[in-house]
Amino acid sequence: MRRFLRPGHDPVRERLKRDLFQFNKTVEHGFPHQPSALGYSPFLRLMAIGTRSGAIKLYGAPGVEFMGLHEENNTVMQIHFIPDQCQLVTLLDDNSLHLWSLKQHGGASELREEHRFTLKGPPGSPPSATQVTAVLPHSSREVLYLGTESGNIFVVELPSFRVLEDRTITPEAVLQRIPEDNCNRRSCELVEALREHPKNPDQILIGYSRALIVLWDLQNNKAIHHFLGSQQLENLYWQRDGSKFISCHYDGSYTQWLVSSDNRQSEPLENTVPYGPFPCKAISKIYWQTTKNGLPYIIFQGGMPRASYGDRHSISVIHGSQQTAFDFTSRVIDFFIIFSSDPAAEFDDPSALVVLAEEELVVIDLKSAGWPAVHPPYLASLHCSAITCSHHVSNIPLKLWERIISAGSKQNIHYSSMPWPIDGGTNIAPDPPQRDLLLTGHEDGTVRFWDASGVCLHLLYKLSTVRVFLTDADPNDNMNTLGEDEWPPLRKVGTFDPYSDDPRLGIQKIYLCKYSGYLAVAGTAGQVLVMELNDEDAEHVVDHAEADLLQDQEGYRWKGHEKLKTRDGPVRFEAGFQPFVLVQCQPPAVVTSLALHSEWKLVAFGTSHGFGLFDHQQKRLVFVKCTLHPSDQLALEGPLSRVKSLKKSLRQSFRRIRRSRVSSRKRRGAGGNASEVQEANAKFDQEALQEMELAPVQRKIEARSAEDSFTGFVRTLYFADTFLRDSSRHCPSLWAGTNGGTVYAFCLRVPPAERRMDEPVRAEQAKEIQLMHRAPVVGILVLDGRSTPLPEPLEVAHDLSKSPDMQGSHQLLVVSEEQFKVFTLPKVSSKLKLKLTALEGCRVRKVTVANFGSCKTDDYSENDLAVLTNLGDIQIISLPFLKLQIRYPCIRKEDVSGIASCVFTKYGQGFYLISPSEFERFSLSTKWLVEPRCIVDMPEVTSNNHVHKSGTENAARKS
Amino acid sequence: EFRRFSLERSKPGKFEEFYGLLQHVHKIPNVDVLVGYTDIHGDLLPINNDDNYHKAVSTANPLLRIFIQRKEDADYSAFGTDTMTRKKNVLSNVLRPDNHKKKPHIVISMPQDFRPVSSIIDVDILPETHRRVRLYKYGTDKPLGFYIRDGSSVRVTPHGLEKVPGIFISRLVPGGLAQSTGLLAVNDEVLEVNGIEVSGKSLDQVTDMMIANSRNLIITVRPANQRNNVVRNSRTSGSSGQSTESSLPSSTPNILGSLLQGEEESDEEDIIIEDSGEPQQIPKAAPTSESIESLSQIELLHESTQNGFLPSSEMNLNHSAGSISMEYEVPEPGHKPIEEDGTIITL
Repeated sequence: MRRFLRPGHDPVRERLKRDLFQFNKTVEHGFPHQPSALGYSPFLRLMAIGTRSGAIKLYGAPGVEFMGLHEENNTVMQIHFIPDQCQLVTLLDDNSLHLWSLKQHGGASELREEHRFTLKGPPGSPPSATQVTAVLPHSSREVLYLGTESGNIFVVELPSFRVLEDRTITPEAVLQRIPEDNCNRRSCELVEALREHPKNPDQILIGYSRALIVLWDLQNNKAIHHFLGSQQLENLYWQRDGSKFISCHYDGSYTQWLVSSDNRQSEPLENTVPYGPFPCKAISKIYWQTTKNGLPYIIFQGGMPRASYGDRHSISVIHGSQQTAFDFTSRVIDFFIIFSSDPAAEFDDPSALVVLAEEELVVIDLKSAGWPAVHPPYLASLHCSAITCSHHVSNIPLKLWERIISAGSKQNIHYSSMPWPIDGGTNIAPDPPQRDLLLTGHEDGTVRFWDASGVCLHLLYKLSTVRVFLTDADPNDNMNTLGEDEWPPLRKVGTFDPYSDDPRLGIQKIYLCKYSGYLAVAGTAGQVLVMELNDEDAEHVVDHAEADLLQDQEGYRWKGHEKLKTRDGPVRFEAGFQPFVLVQCQPPAVVTSLALHSEWKLVAFGTSHGFGLFDHQQKRLVFVKCTLHPSDQLALEGPLSRVKSLKKSLRQSFRRIRRSRVSSRKRRGAGGNASEVQEANAKFDQEALQEMELAPVQRKIEARSAEDSFTGFVRTLYFADTFLRDSSRHCPSLWAGTNGGTVYAFCLRVPPAERRMDEPVRAEQAKEIQLMHRAPVVGILVLDGRSTPLPEPLEVAHDLSKSPDMQGSHQLLVVSEEQFKVFTLPKVSSKLKLKLTALEGCRVRKVTVANFGSCKTDDYSENDLAVLTNLGDIQIISLPFLKLQIRYPCIRKEDVSGIASCVFTKYGQGFYLISPSEFERFSLSTKWLVEPRCIVDMPEVTSNNHVHKSGTENAARKS
Repeated sequence: EFRRFSLERSKPGKFEEFYGLLQHVHKIPNVDVLVGYTDIHGDLLPINNDDNYHKAVSTANPLLRIFIQRKEDADYSAFGTDTMTRKKNVLSNVLRPDNHKKKPHIVISMPQDFRPVSSIIDVDILPETHRRVRLYKYGTDKPLGFYIRDGSSVRVTPHGLEKVPGIFISRLVPGGLAQSTGLLAVNDEVLEVNGIEVSGKSLDQVTDMMIANSRNLIITVRPANQRNNVVRNSRTSGSSGQSTESSLPSSTPNILGSLLQGEEESDEEDIIIEDSGEPQQIPKAAPTSESIESLSQIELLHESTQNGFLPSSEMNLNHSAGSISMEYEVPEPGHKPIEEDGTIITL
């Protein structure tokens, strides 16, 4: 206790601590949770994504990333870059406008909020009068045009956000020049779209919701032309030369209009319902792109036949006779086209279609035949199937790295070879210090290998374990491709697929040996697969062994799920990690711990019933140990799966609720009742919250006992070469820790390499330690004679670590959720302990040994324990004396899934999920810091018509 | 000296008869002795009347270890709960009282006939509106048996009355330690857990702290019913308690801290089973030079428990430097009663 009350004030140590430890959240990897808006600057070649929580993220060339957060945490509705500037404007759902700019500071660019502004109408006017629906940053860079629900278009000066009241375009002014017979005041309600004339900055196209479109002369403040559609307007787009424009409508049609000086009211040039004749959904946004060969690209969102395909999220591309409706698995938020931004160019010549869907970013190469997708270097959808576990491996040897990349490149042949088209800014961060891999296990039985070395979390390779098993949804009877009609020409794109064929396939534990290329993965139905990296495709039989963890315990019936059925005969595996043996635990409960020793060629696995050791060289089960308390019926019956399915169904219902809210919030313009719905929702939330507060929350205070449920649940497994029996001979050993605070140690006899195949591996139980506080054991570690943690298997053989000290006496560190304890070996006597829970009321959730180097001197580094508690704090605890060094708040304690997902690296970094699709990266080390550092320069402004424009603006102001 | 002899379990007889028997088998007819036995928890408890004599016989499983000391040089402090584990060298104390001369104990009463039980402690240092309760779970099968909840209480602060969140006892389980001792009651506010203030901690944190300390739980509460407070002197008897509402005297955690420090030794000795042998308590690491020596001793001791109750191992114990723990006497089920010539108690 004294340790905590009065931390040792050794000034030397305190200084050293400052050189070693530092907490930073450095970058968010993955795909933003609940994106709500998209913007693109062809000038900067930067893309901006806004989210429902008020975050704004900018992306350019790989490594170029900026992030900002609106204080209000309101949904970002629209993002508009100011033309030819390092500035952008965001519109939030509270109707506030925010001006952000990229400024250089200390050699790198930073995103900062400069101004905020909320449009205010005259006193007494309804809120709709100033509710912004359309934003047009004028190419003069001096003003913003703000279309509102009332039909007024306000003009706001930049960057001061001063309203230029004399220049407001009122519906009355617009209607002055339009014959009364086809228009009235109501035609000018709600501005849907504002588009500047591509050639003449003095003209803007105003689209009102009720299909009245007006070409407005800013200089003379009058309507030049008006166009009247028959259907509710959704959006507008100019053709590049300004002679025509296109409008899209609520009924799924789009219309081309000719702008000529002679006629004042035009009839549509052409009106098309691309997916008619039956009623279609609205086309909400449309692009018209010209090409050299004369055939334009028409690209639009939506428009599907209501009855049969109304539920699809599609974007259609029409180019001559080619037509494809890209079909997304989640709602399309917005999209843009990358085309020639050179104003002197005659044609648009579109090169890529960039689509922000709710769960992923998809980029389509429009230049290559067949319009293939482009593999994004960032914004990966981590959650394309829900993440079930993760595993980090630091400092991957180059050889293995290249082999994984080569296996991955064979999987990516269907991607376009186009270089990443969004390439603004320059990455000036130093090269990552080493090659790091982050492996994520997913609900659908896949393991994804991510390059986690730098700022861009990039998918290298995807491994699927599904082929080993027979599942209901076999790839042979792919319903999707066969059942689909020819029309509309739908094509599935993207990787987000939240639906798992079989939850039993889910990956629960991963262990990769970076030296040997052996990989062990274990799943929900007690399956343990050992794999080897093969650079070629291969067809072989996966050997199969069963491990009966209940052994002699009889009369129990497993009520959980069945084991997965395996495929008979040889199975074809693509290049990469190929399974060669499957160990099936019985009962097929979820695998809760896994360890692989590639030097001894052994794999250990544990479930809630016990643990086993498998010799994957001889493909023989060495032993199993049942850890189950005979009275523990709950563990026997397999309620874990029940609990999980309950959790899942809860999650799903929440998702449903959330979705319905999203859609109700989506569009205000549709009617005034949306805000009422919102209000009602908020009220409902509040009531639900109050109800929860009223419910009596009480906690039972009871000592843990041997009869508690799940005491046999194996939490941790550990291989060590140490002194288990006597202090003269060391031997291989396997350690296991359970939920009930028991530690088992088995002495192993592994035959020497030359007789490895001839003699069996033997194991014998040598020790069993029962911690009296009976808290779950979450970590076991052996320290050598120099108090250094034992090296990983093969680490010494590869000259990457000093051999462990086998002269001095070894020590055993047992970490339970409540305490840290050091014991001597081989005779177990307690040496040191640190009681965490008794003193602070927090419990250990994750613990890892991390190596910390000093930022001052290269030659000093030390090993400490990095600990994450259930309160979301990170503590660093010294080895071997177990002194608390430093503590940082990291994750909110309510964020249970964030805490559960946390993974530490060996060099004091870590990752945790801040949403199903995003990892936050943090660093505890002063030495290893991976964070974006980039610079965005103003490109040369190529055209000089801005001077001329601002001149005309001034003239307009005078008039 | 060691003697083994048998008694009939069903008819142990009276204490006086037993006392006579002991004097007889040890051939010390006129010497006053103290008689003690080790119970199943490893505690050294006295035998001085019929009741505890019968209790002792009933706990034998199948051996009953009895210690006899000369009354004049008996070490009373050896008796009591945890004695066999707290004092690593308790046996040598008992068997060789001359080793232990440096600490003369004031004998207030005869050997403590009772093990410590749950109690109110630190009455002298706490404000009288507070009560510090030790729930002594050790040696009982009773559950702690209470629940806690969030709530709010009113405190006197320099700025007047203030409502602050607090943790309260919400429910007592019938037959549990909390209920049967009567030391805690529903709606008592929990202020400290084993010397650590709970203010600012969440219900879950306090729950975890209590469970982590469950083997020796010391809770400081402000009882909901303030009428049963201990009144220390007439000066404060009139006060209704508001004067001390604010907070605990700053010195108390330290005092409790020192108390806990002593307790530290006794709580939660982990158990180890080596090579599927008998469970033993894990000793504290000895000074490094002795570790190998103590190792061999432990192994000897270990053997002895498997073979029965041999004097040779006792001798080893006597000579040990005090660095080894007591054995944990849990005879295996179906262990055959040892039949041996001489003085063996077979029950």
